[in-house]
Amino acid sequence: MLIAFYVAAIVALFATVNVIATRKPIHGLLYLVVSLLAVAMIFFAVGAPFAGALEIIVYAGAIMVLFVFAVMMLNLDEKGLKEEQAWTALSVWIGPSILVTILLSQMVYSMLSGDLPAAGLHGVDAKQVGIALYGPYLLCVELASILLLAALVAAYHLGRADERE
Amino acid sequence: MNGVPLEHGLILAGALFVLGLTGVLVRRNILFVLMSIEIMMNAAGLAFVLAGSRWVQPDGQIMFILILTLAAAEASIGLAIVLRLHRRFHSLDIDAASEMQG
Repeated sequence: MLIAFYVAAIVALFATVNVIATRKPIHGLLYLVVSLLAVAMIFFAVGAPFAGALEIIVYAGAIMVLFVFAVMMLNLDEKGLKEEQAWTALSVWIGPSILVTILLSQMVYSMLSGDLPAAGLHGVDAKQVGIALYGPYLLCVELASILLLAALVAAYHLGRADERE
Repeated sequence: MNGVPLEHGLILAGALFVLGLTGVLVRRNILFVLMSIEIMMNAAGLAFVLAGSRWVQPDGQIMFILILTLAAAEASIGLAIVLRLHRRFHSLDIDAASEMQG
């Protein structure tokens, strides 16, 4: 479990760095799918199989396919790449990166100095999640359904073809 | 069966969140901005699931499900706005939208 967690963590970090560093949107999307699958692996490793399955089905399956459809509809060209490359020149980032790395190392050191409580010694299976979800969290389920309905209406309204253009 | 140290998981969640924040700040392409927001929400969900796994409570996974719902709603509306933006400005640069008057 420990080795699975660390390998998946390294894969997730590497893939996420590539998401924000790559130039073509479709390459970034594929790296993002890899990152989400690695996070799902972490969920399985810490004993949360229901969350891991949802991560694969909903995040990597549904939301990323939505992004891929949008990229395919947009028919992108190479026009905007040059200006963005000028913004992300390497020399701009050296000074802030050093300062932020110092602060990050301080935070990591302070977090690692105590004794480490372990997560995932006992798994939380889907039955417990379902019982809690439809027991004390029933109002949250209703709110989530209202949110999804509002998103459906808003996406239909925004995506409708406008006659004036 | 060894447990995962909680601090290492939280450091990973923080690193993923900061990577997403960097993407929002650096990139000008609106598709990458949306992807970075997805990364940030995913990192928050990772922190919830790890904490719920540490204390063997289902609440963490329930918060993850709610974050998942929010991410789905945000992605659908965001992509609809991206399609509108591309139809009007013929560009995905978010600076192109700064000249809308109000």
